[in-house]
Amino acid sequence: MDNAIEIKGLRKEYKGFRLDDVTFDVPQGYIMGLIGPNGAGKTTVVKLIMNLIRRDAGEVRVFGLDNLRHEPEIKARIGFVYDVPRFPEDLRLETIASAVAAFYDKWDAARFMGLLEEFQLSPRKVFKKLSHGMKMKFSLAVALAHDADLILMDEPTAGLDPVFRFELLTKLRALIQDERKTVLFSSHITSDLERVADFVTFIHKGRVVFSAAKDEVLETWGVVRAAGDGFRPEDVPDARGFRRTENSLEVLTSDLAAARRAPLSGAVFDKASLENIMFFIGKGNAHA
Amino acid sequence: MKIFISNSSPDPIYEQVTRQIKAQIISGDFREGDSLPSIRRLAQDLQISVITTKRAYEELEKEGFIDTVEGKGSFVAMQNKELLREKKMKIVEEKLAEAVEEARLLGITRAELEEMLDLLYGEKD
Repeated sequence: MDNAIEIKGLRKEYKGFRLDDVTFDVPQGYIMGLIGPNGAGKTTVVKLIMNLIRRDAGEVRVFGLDNLRHEPEIKARIGFVYDVPRFPEDLRLETIASAVAAFYDKWDAARFMGLLEEFQLSPRKVFKKLSHGMKMKFSLAVALAHDADLILMDEPTAGLDPVFRFELLTKLRALIQDERKTVLFSSHITSDLERVADFVTFIHKGRVVFSAAKDEVLETWGVVRAAGDGFRPEDVPDARGFRRTENSLEVLTSDLAAARRAPLSGAVFDKASLENIMFFIGKGNAHA
Repeated sequence: MKIFISNSSPDPIYEQVTRQIKAQIISGDFREGDSLPSIRRLAQDLQISVITTKRAYEELEKEGFIDTVEGKGSFVAMQNKELLREKKMKIVEEKLAEAVEEARLLGITRAELEEMLDLLYGEKD
């Protein structure tokens, strides 16, 4: 399998935050979700891929090319969507589009107009008059109109209503009908990823907790629940976090099958959702 | 192809896909040589992961329900209906054997078991 993005040993330190030895690959032809709680380092990873901030160490290859040495040619093939779309505030959408078009060889004006129509955006509208959702749509239209091979999005669904979130996810699925296209998007809305993502990379406190096929994660991770105190969190095999309330205990495990075989009195077993995983690991009392 | 995915089902999505395609092959809705949608197309239609769909097709291939030809796509495998029915019968037989064994352990008599079966058939009709 070819990789659209290869990240090795990526490091970046800010005051009070450290991205530490981040390593993962994004396979070409698939959708990968980058998940993690707020402040986990998702945006930092995205910015480092785009070389918007300077990395302290590590390597990023996009389409097999070093992202610093080949920055212009790589960027021509990436459709980048910011969490807060940035375009000149006072210009009309059509004016912005013609300015942007000059940067891309593969700009498809007809496709762009088609997308605006589909998203119900008037080309004569001024950018600052758009709602957040409309700005996001415009940004996505720009990314799709230059026939990008990689769509890279930072929290694209945050602040969007369910109707447009669904529309966006459908668009992404349609895009990868072409198996040369790849999507990487960060999100803390796990339900968006639960169905549509092929791969999931989970980042917590600047480190990669796992990077795997989503199905595999959903089939192996689980939550063990019990009333009272029949067992302790550390009795559960591969425990990765827990929550205790007055009269119950919930433990997240990365090996549900092993947990089922363990002698845990009165336990109930469930598959874990991505949200469960994020919640338990994000809470902090993990046995990593 | 009619496939419905339930999010609340305890069965993994790939299993829901394989089960429903199998049922359509066995019922004859899908005939030998019919082409199946491409993996990516089906993933899009069902709004599920490409990997999930790929796995479903791999399972179907392993069990001999479909053939995949590189560059051409997937097709319903050439096999006669009797064979399929036999396969299905075998599955039912295995499940019954399981039920019988369980019943023996619990001391349920054959008559009681038959009564249960009658009841179940009645409910479903």
